Amino acid sequence: MLIDWFTVIAQTLNFLILVWLMKRFLYKPILHAIDQREKLIATELADAYATKSDAQKERDEFQHKNEEFDRQRAALLNKAMDEAQVERQRLLDEARQAADDLSAERQENLRNDARNLNQAISRRTQQEVFAISRKVLMDLAGSSLEEHMLDHFISTLKAIKGEEKEKLTAAIKATQHPVVIRTTSNLSASLSASTEHAIKETFGMESQIRFETASELISGIELVTDGHKVAWSIADYLKSMESGIAELLDDKTKPGAGVGPAPEDGHGA
Amino acid sequence: MRLSPDEIIFWQHGFIKLNATILFTWGVMLLLAVGSKLVTRKLSTDLNRTRWQNLLEIVVTAIMKQIEEVGLRNPKKYLGFLGTLFLFVATAALCTVIPGYEPPTGSLSTTVALALCVFVAVPLFGIEDQGVSGYLTSYVEPTVVMLPFNIISEISRTLALAVRLFGNMMSGAMIIGILLSITPFIFPIVMTLLGLLTGMVQAYIFSILAAVYIAAATRARKPREQSSEA
Repeated sequence: MLIDWFTVIAQTLNFLILVWLMKRFLYKPILHAIDQREKLIATELADAYATKSDAQKERDEFQHKNEEFDRQRAALLNKAMDEAQVERQRLLDEARQAADDLSAERQENLRNDARNLNQAISRRTQQEVFAISRKVLMDLAGSSLEEHMLDHFISTLKAIKGEEKEKLTAAIKATQHPVVIRTTSNLSASLSASTEHAIKETFGMESQIRFETASELISGIELVTDGHKVAWSIADYLKSMESGIAELLDDKTKPGAGVGPAPEDGHGA
Repeated sequence: MRLSPDEIIFWQHGFIKLNATILFTWGVMLLLAVGSKLVTRKLSTDLNRTRWQNLLEIVVTAIMKQIEEVGLRNPKKYLGFLGTLFLFVATAALCTVIPGYEPPTGSLSTTVALALCVFVAVPLFGIEDQGVSGYLTSYVEPTVVMLPFNIISEISRTLALAVRLFGNMMSGAMIIGILLSITPFIFPIVMTLLGLLTGMVQAYIFSILAAVYIAAATRARKPREQSSEA
């Protein structure tokens, strides 16, 4: 018989005892240890989560502060840049103004220099022209020149017409003093006679004519009576030329006209 | 020819006797109890633990996982019974490496005793879970006609449990014994290794089948309850 019932009963009891032993010495302690460890791990995980959460919060806070700092820094930087820009603009304006002032001053100086130079040139030219003219006229002052001058003077007198001639005639007739004819040098007797004749004929007068010499006339001749004077002199031409030169120089030294040498156009002053 | 260690009797007084089966069972019990006690004496609850504690934790949690996978929702409740079944059968098989040892599971008396324990435990767990009437109703499901067949099924599967384990363990010991007399070298060692594997497989099968039976007993009415609720 393979089944021994006493053994069966004994083995059943043995097995039940083993179940109790195993529960007592194996399952309970082991499960308890596992539970404890799981609790420990759960606690540690919870702590870790809490720490992580705190860290996250701190990180967020730090990030927020960082962003705030960046924003402030950017604002300050922008402000500083704006101020620097304004300051730069101000300095540039000042420098430009100073440069403009300096330039204007320099231009004014240049203009003054040019004007002075022109005036000097003008004066010098005038003096030279006058000197040359005087010299030439002095050198040429001979009978033929004076004769031509007188001819021209007489034709000028004859050319006076109208109201002017009437006034002059009335003045000559009304005067008590002799009519004075001034020339640069003494006229010859023939020239004086022809001149007197021509004047008397022009104005229909009978009174005496007196001849005088005046060195300041510079190759000229003038007729002087009370309050009236008819004159012809090379000095008039010279004066006219002088005023023309002066106008030209003024035009040249005007702003924008340039201060450099005038282009050579072949006309001269 | 000796088929069972029951036949080795050390002491007898009438009906009471002390045979090799009971003796080796005590040995296995002692080994399990003392081993467990030694390991669990200084259990660590933190993350640092001994190798033996690790081993026992792995074994216990693996058994619990298996019980859960079978379908029992509260594995701790069944761990004592099913876990001890597995550990006893497995240890009895593993100890075959000790010379002179004969596995107590190679005795039909032991396997019958274990099968009877299962035979009793299944209705007990079933009644605990569903109540007496609830459990008994499962025998007349789906119709009353099925009652004798259900009873026959209970008995036959218990017998099958006992005979299966006995046959496998006995045959393993027999084969080794026969081979030792024919080819004393090498081949018996290979067969011993195979016997170890067979013993582990049988321990697994025995305890898993017991778990399945318990699960069937505790969950017999559950689907119908769910359908009636729906």
